[in-house]
Amino acid sequence: MRDLLRHAWRVTRKDLRLEFRSRTALTSALVFTALVLVVFEHGRDPTAVPTLNLAPSILWVTFSFASMLALNRAFQAELENHALDGLLLAPISRTSLFWGKLGANLVFVALVQVTGMLLFMLFFNVPVWRVWAPLAAVTALATVGFIAVGTLFSAMVVRTRFAELMLPVLLLPFLLPPLIAAVQVTVQLFAGRPLSEVAGWLRLLAAYDICFVTLATLLFPFTVTE
Amino acid sequence: MLWARDLGHAFGAIPALDGITFSLERGQTLAIFGPNGAGKTTLLRVIAGLIRPLRGAAGVDGGRRAIGWIGHQTQLYNHLSVRENLRFWASLYDVPDRDVALREVDLLRRLGLARQADRQVRTLSRGQTQRAAIARALMHDPDVLLLDEPFTGLDRLAAEELRGLLGEQAAAGRATVIVTHNVEEGTELATDIAFMRDGRFVAYAPRAGRDAVELTAAYRTAVAGA
Repeated sequence: MRDLLRHAWRVTRKDLRLEFRSRTALTSALVFTALVLVVFEHGRDPTAVPTLNLAPSILWVTFSFASMLALNRAFQAELENHALDGLLLAPISRTSLFWGKLGANLVFVALVQVTGMLLFMLFFNVPVWRVWAPLAAVTALATVGFIAVGTLFSAMVVRTRFAELMLPVLLLPFLLPPLIAAVQVTVQLFAGRPLSEVAGWLRLLAAYDICFVTLATLLFPFTVTE
Repeated sequence: MLWARDLGHAFGAIPALDGITFSLERGQTLAIFGPNGAGKTTLLRVIAGLIRPLRGAAGVDGGRRAIGWIGHQTQLYNHLSVRENLRFWASLYDVPDRDVALREVDLLRRLGLARQADRQVRTLSRGQTQRAAIARALMHDPDVLLLDEPFTGLDRLAAEELRGLLGEQAAAGRATVIVTHNVEEGTELATDIAFMRDGRFVAYAPRAGRDAVELTAAYRTAVAGA
């Protein structure tokens, strides 16, 4: 287990270093987040639908699509000079590789989400600061399982011709359960309701995470072996 | 040290390997010559464990840890420096920190990259990048070298240097398999020669002092006439 985590951390650290140096996916995800929030801010009619009702959906749609941009990069860097072959040749388990990639993806998406949340507060005047701790916990809970599935699919499609199109097509159906749950919980949080009222949705998110992190971990080795 | 037994593989209906059997001991270098599409790279990938063969088996004593791979694809990350690349790959092989420092200095000096050590790989010339790839492959001191068209893109001088270095590796007791379509490139290094066509060895014999001119004639006969 120690070896597994040590190697996973090395892969994560390498991915973070590569991304912060090239800034390709991170920049596009952040620009996308800002653009979507600006469009929603200027495109909505605040007198027709109250901001508090609309804001959670806007927030989660933005997070979801921005995450996909970040996920696309997960294995793209490994195609460069066939580095993926090097990783597969190295004496590390496929699980280490998957967890390493998952770790890096979670950091990227967390960065996008933090930035998106700040812009969201700026544009939508929603009292996020009052519920920041439970909101952060729900965001983490809603993100982990989805990113695990995304990392798996990213490995599956990376060698296909239309990888950037394939990933959203495969991923969107799996995104629906955590997306709906996250929106429901966020609505209640912004309305000042206690978390106990959304315990069912929280259980769904936790079950989704456990189920899909486990499944993705088990299936990943088959996606990278010819 | 390295063995293959009755290997068979196909990509769909196209046969890639058919009945390949051989073994190598320490210090032996097998040069496999064949035209494009003969199955040379597939054979190397099967030996390395990157492809699971449909028939037969292949392996290396010591497993993946014992393999060093040098190909025309460098498996280096363009946005990392040469030194960062070497350290990352060494870390996946659990090379102790003290050894990493020593080998890094030694390899960079011998490969003429000491001054480029902190430059990102994307800023290097093709020859320098290939030398960095060689350093990467040797960082964990592998017992077996698998070389896939390692001279591709190198100028005459760089190719000479690579031949010299590979000769040293063989003298140090490493078993080496080199695949190339160019008989002149691999001849000097080889203790054994194989000609490959349509996934099969059409000839396999010790080099027995034959030079590139003799081997080129034999190659033409074997590959054209098989």
